[in-house]
Amino acid sequence: MKIPEIAELIKAEICTNNYDANMDIFSACSADLMSDVMAFSKSNALLLTGLVNPQVIRTAEMMDIKAVVFVRGKKPLETMIEMAEEKGIALLATEWPLFIASGKLYSSGIHGSGE
Amino acid sequence: MNNVVVRDYSIPANDFTIAGEASSSVRKILSQIGVTPDVVKRTSIAMYEAEINAVIHGNGGQAHIEIDENKILIIISDQGPGIADLDLAMQEGYSTAPDSIREMGFGAGMGLSNIKKHADVFEIKTAVNEGTTVYITVFFKPVKN
Ligand SMILES: Nc1ncnc2c1ncn2[C@@H]1O[C@H](COP(=O)(O)OP(=O)(O)O)[C@@H](O)[C@H]1O
Ligand SMILES: [Mg+2]
Repeated sequence: MKIPEIAELIKAEICTNNYDANMDIFSACSADLMSDVMAFSKSNALLLTGLVNPQVIRTAEMMDIKAVVFVRGKKPLETMIEMAEEKGIALLATEWPLFIASGKLYSSGIHGSGE
Repeated sequence: MNNVVVRDYSIPANDFTIAGEASSSVRKILSQIGVTPDVVKRTSIAMYEAEINAVIHGNGGQAHIEIDENKILIIISDQGPGIADLDLAMQEGYSTAPDSIREMGFGAGMGLSNIKKHADVFEIKTAVNEGTTVYITVFFKPVKN
């Protein structure tokens, strides 16, 4: 699923400009603990999280995560947007809670198992 | 590529916005010289975990890296409290990180085991009240046993 499609599906605002709108996202990881994200190893992945700090972007960079969705109405900070623009990571923000956003994406085909 | 690339970084204490800059810079160098994405990712994960440990447990420290045509060696050292029981520290889930660190998304006690999983060679030298030095080597091509 492509990033604009994901945004539409979970009613998310896309907060960055520098990302690949044609890239196909196969897998996702939902976590507030970056340590758990570090133990995840899928490619072309999406991260859904309720945690808002620069280490989220840093962790996404290290893990080759292409897009991050902030849930429950949280918005990325300006410093995080700058970091993400530089690294080509898409940042999205939705009002939906983590469980609902994850469930919607799962039932639409992102199964977290596409390596 | 026969030249050895050497870089040194300082890792500031308790600065969570800068934590990861060294790993990010090394990641860029490896990508630029054409190291495969899988190796770049393994190296990034191992180095980032060690860098975060130096920030949250070691009062900051230094990173020294050496890259040649076959491998990268990463040495992360700090002059912090050291680790009294290394076997215990290596166990998955063991962490002495305070709640303030956990609120930032770290401190699950998976870092050292994650480094071990992704590094080809992993060694720690530590002494209580003197500090900790972590040595991580990742080879660019699979090594035959
Ligand atoms: N550089 C260090 N200096 C002092 N103690 C450390 C250092 N690195 C790790 N430790 C100790 O080992 C424990 C386990 O480390 P780790 O597996 O990375 O988990 P975490 O960082 O999530 O606590 C830490 O909680 C800490 O007690
Ligand atoms: Mg750690």
